Amino acid sequence: MIEDDSWRLIVRADALHLRARIIQAIRRFFQDRNFLEIDTPIRIPAPAPELHIDAFATETWFLNTSPELCMKRLLAAGYSRIFQICKCFRAGERGDRHLPEFTMLEWYRAGVDYRTLMDDCEALITTVATEISLDGVVSWQGQKISLNAPWERISVRDAFARYATISAAEALRTDRFDEILACEIEPQLGMEIPVFLYDYPVEHGALARVKETDPGIAERFELYIAGLELANAFSELVDAGEQRRRFAEASRDRKRKGSPAYPIPERFLQALPRMSPSAGIALGVDRLVMLLADKPRIDDVVAFTPESL
Amino acid sequence: MYTASDLRKGLRIKMENDPYIVTEFNFVKPGKGQALYRCKLKNMINGNQFERTFRSVDIFEAADLQEKKMSYLYQEEGKFCFMDNESYEQIFLSEDQVGEAKNFLLDNIEAEILLFEDRPLGVSLPNFIDVIVTKADPWAKGDSVSGNTKPVTIQTGYQLQVPPFIEEGEKIRIDTRSGEYLTRVKG
Repeated sequence: MIEDDSWRLIVRADALHLRARIIQAIRRFFQDRNFLEIDTPIRIPAPAPELHIDAFATETWFLNTSPELCMKRLLAAGYSRIFQICKCFRAGERGDRHLPEFTMLEWYRAGVDYRTLMDDCEALITTVATEISLDGVVSWQGQKISLNAPWERISVRDAFARYATISAAEALRTDRFDEILACEIEPQLGMEIPVFLYDYPVEHGALARVKETDPGIAERFELYIAGLELANAFSELVDAGEQRRRFAEASRDRKRKGSPAYPIPERFLQALPRMSPSAGIALGVDRLVMLLADKPRIDDVVAFTPESL
Repeated sequence: MYTASDLRKGLRIKMENDPYIVTEFNFVKPGKGQALYRCKLKNMINGNQFERTFRSVDIFEAADLQEKKMSYLYQEEGKFCFMDNESYEQIFLSEDQVGEAKNFLLDNIEAEILLFEDRPLGVSLPNFIDVIVTKADPWAKGDSVSGNTKPVTIQTGYQLQVPPFIEEGEKIRIDTRSGEYLTRVKG
């Protein structure tokens, strides 16, 4: 006899089996390419201060919003290819595509910039899709997306010109950048083939390196498939002075907004000068499962949501 | 007072002196960007609908609505009649005002009628109601762990998806806000 409380778990069986196969395929992908799997602490004394990302406090420390600071300390110490699959926590984020506790995949490489990570994304997602028997085409909510490389690459400036009612410069000036991006541009990205949206205004790339040819642009990209934002990548900022200045600015802006203050991550800043040019990326595993399992809500691809506990 | 993070489907807020209900709600947040709360709002007096995107700094007043306990009596020509249990006064709501609640209007069910300056605007039902399944395909045994659901009809004519083991004549509990199955009710 089935207990009725189990019903929500039973209907997730197919998605949870697929989720496990996807995570196994991700691990194999990185192991095959000589990446070292790393496990950094979930509970940390100081998350990277970012204006729009809030951490959960645990006593005087915090649950990590991303493992990036510890991963970069490993890079600085000479680990040149590392990856991690872990839980991350962000307060106040709950919606069809957001859980306050979610699963993140991050990987970092020394000696490359963000363009190499675009190639990695193409190879990773194509490999994972093949391993779960998707034949080069993903169907998500009625939309068919071909995974055949090369994927589309479009700059933020060009995407605003093509999809939005106002230019990127105008959106920045009127403080509507996020709104236009989320409401007008994102829903149209990656509907036929996956899209890398790249080169963000420098104020929207807090830990990213500035482009040599254009000081107003940060070397950052986001990967979109079927309008789903899947991954965020940077050519990493390795200038400790500049990083400290940006942390201070983010802390000031947080204070002005009334958000909780975080200590400055000193050990990360101390390690940064030893870090060679590198690139790093964070990919939402739950969203990748949503995409490959053709599920409309993040709730459909996890066993438990906060509401079901 | 509400802040944007309180926004959800069904919340009633006051804007420019009119009461509005949130009919659709979605939380969106572009990578590293600010949280945005996309809402579809319906003016509870004239029924006008529009979309608006709010930010986390936005604050709202609660809509100043009175609620009165009344019982559902009957439906006639698209009008739904409710009666005040104390004064025996009767009021009528249109199909549009009743909205999705019409799927769960059991005979004599006690509901909260919303009033704005003595004008009836809408109805809210108890969050959970127990209903009888009036039509269901039989359970193919052995199909219990496949994750399949099946459609059933309840006494109001409303259809919903339930686990395959629910049989005709059984009593189930429904969340009237989402219209979704919650659990089987014994006895």
